[in-house]
Amino acid sequence: MTNSAEQLSALSILLSSLLLLVGLFFFIAGSIGMLRFPDSFSRLHAVTKADSLGLGSIVAGLMFYGDLWQNLLLLLIWLLVMASGSVSCQLLARFAKTQQDKA
Amino acid sequence: MSLLLFDTALCLLLLALALASMLSRQLVNAVMLYIAFGLMMALAWARLAAPDLALAEAAIGAGLTGALCFSALARQQLDITAAALSWPQRLWPATFVVLMLGGILAALLQLPSVASPLVAVAQAELINSGVSHPVTAVLLNFRSWDTLLELVVLLLALLGALPVAPAEKSATSWSLGLSWSRLLAPMVILLAGYLLWAGASQPGGAFQAGVLLAAGAVVLRLNQQLNWLSWCNFWVRLLVVAGIAVFVLVALLALWLTPANVDAVWLSWPPLLAGGIILLIEVFATLAIASTLTLLVVGEPAPQHNRTESV
Repeated sequence: MTNSAEQLSALSILLSSLLLLVGLFFFIAGSIGMLRFPDSFSRLHAVTKADSLGLGSIVAGLMFYGDLWQNLLLLLIWLLVMASGSVSCQLLARFAKTQQDKA
Repeated sequence: MSLLLFDTALCLLLLALALASMLSRQLVNAVMLYIAFGLMMALAWARLAAPDLALAEAAIGAGLTGALCFSALARQQLDITAAALSWPQRLWPATFVVLMLGGILAALLQLPSVASPLVAVAQAELINSGVSHPVTAVLLNFRSWDTLLELVVLLLALLGALPVAPAEKSATSWSLGLSWSRLLAPMVILLAGYLLWAGASQPGGAFQAGVLLAAGAVVLRLNQQLNWLSWCNFWVRLLVVAGIAVFVLVALLALWLTPANVDAVWLSWPPLLAGGIILLIEVFATLAIASTLTLLVVGEPAPQHNRTESV
C-alpha cells in the first residue's frame, strides 16, 4: 500500500484517473438528467442511480491514494451516502405519488 | 492553481446560492437553496482551516436550520407549492441583509491590521485549561460565560416557541423510513459520543454532538418513535434545563472549592480539575442541546386530554 502520489505506478495512476473520470461522467449525466427529464420519478431515478454509481467510482478512484484506514472510511461514506440516497429517493417518490393521486 | 480555481468556484457558488435563496419565488425553493448554501459554507470554513466552524455549520446551518424551516413551512397549513412571493416581499430581506453586510464590512475595516494578541495568550494558558484543543479551551474555560449564556438563549428560544407551536398533525410512518431511522440511531449515538470526547483534543464538542443527536432524534420522531420525548414529560424538561443547571452548580462548586488565599473568580476552573469539569459540563450540555433542538423542530404531540375534548 502506497501513501503518496509519487510512489504510485503508472498503471495505478491510469486506473485511478479512469475511475475518477467515469465517476465525473455519471455525476454530470445524473445532473443533466435531473434538469432535463420530464417528471419527478424519472428525475429521481437519474439523480439517485447515477450519483450512487458516480460516487462509488470516485471513491474507488480515490482509494489508490489512501492507506487502509482511510480507504475503510471512504467505503463507509460511500455505503452511508448510497443508503441514505436510496431511502430519500423512495420517500420523495412516495410523496410525489400521493400528490399525483390527489390531483 | 487548482486550489485557487476551487476557491474561486466556491466563492461564486456561495454568492449565487445566497442570491438565489433570497430572491427565489417560492419559500420551499428558498429553504432548499439555503441548505445547499449551508453545505457550501461548511466547505468554505474547512478551506479556511476552521474545522470546528465547518462541523457546526454543516450540522446547525445546513442540517438543523433547514429542518426547522421545513417544519415551520409545513405547519403554516398553506399550500407550499403555490406560495409565490411578490418582488417587494423578496427585496425587503435582501435590502436588510445588504444594510447589515455594509455595517459589518465597515466594522471590519476599523479592525487593527496587526494580529490579535489573544491567540498567544490563549496558547500560553492552554496548559492550565484542562484540554488540549484551543477552541474548546476558549469555549468552556476562558470564555465559559459566553457558552453558558448561549445555553440560556437556546432555552429561551424553546420557551418562546412552545406556546405558539400548533398540535402535531397525525402522520403515518413508513416501514422503510422507520427501519432506516432505527439503523441510523446507533451510528448517530456513536458519532455524537465520539465528537463529544474528541472535543478535548480535536475539533468537536458539545454543540456539534448535541446537534447530531438532535438530528437522529428528529428522524426517529418523524417516524413516530421516541414518543416520550415531549415537553409534557417531567424528565425531558429536566434534561432541557440540565445543561444550564449543571453549568451553574459546577461554577458554584468551583467557587466554593477555591482556596481562601486565591481570588475567587466566577466560572474559572481550578487547573487540576478543569478537564473533568469541562467533560461533565459538555456531557450535560450535549444532552440539553439535543433535547432542546429536537423539541424545537418536531414540536409537541397533541396532548391526550385536548384530543378527547375535540372529539
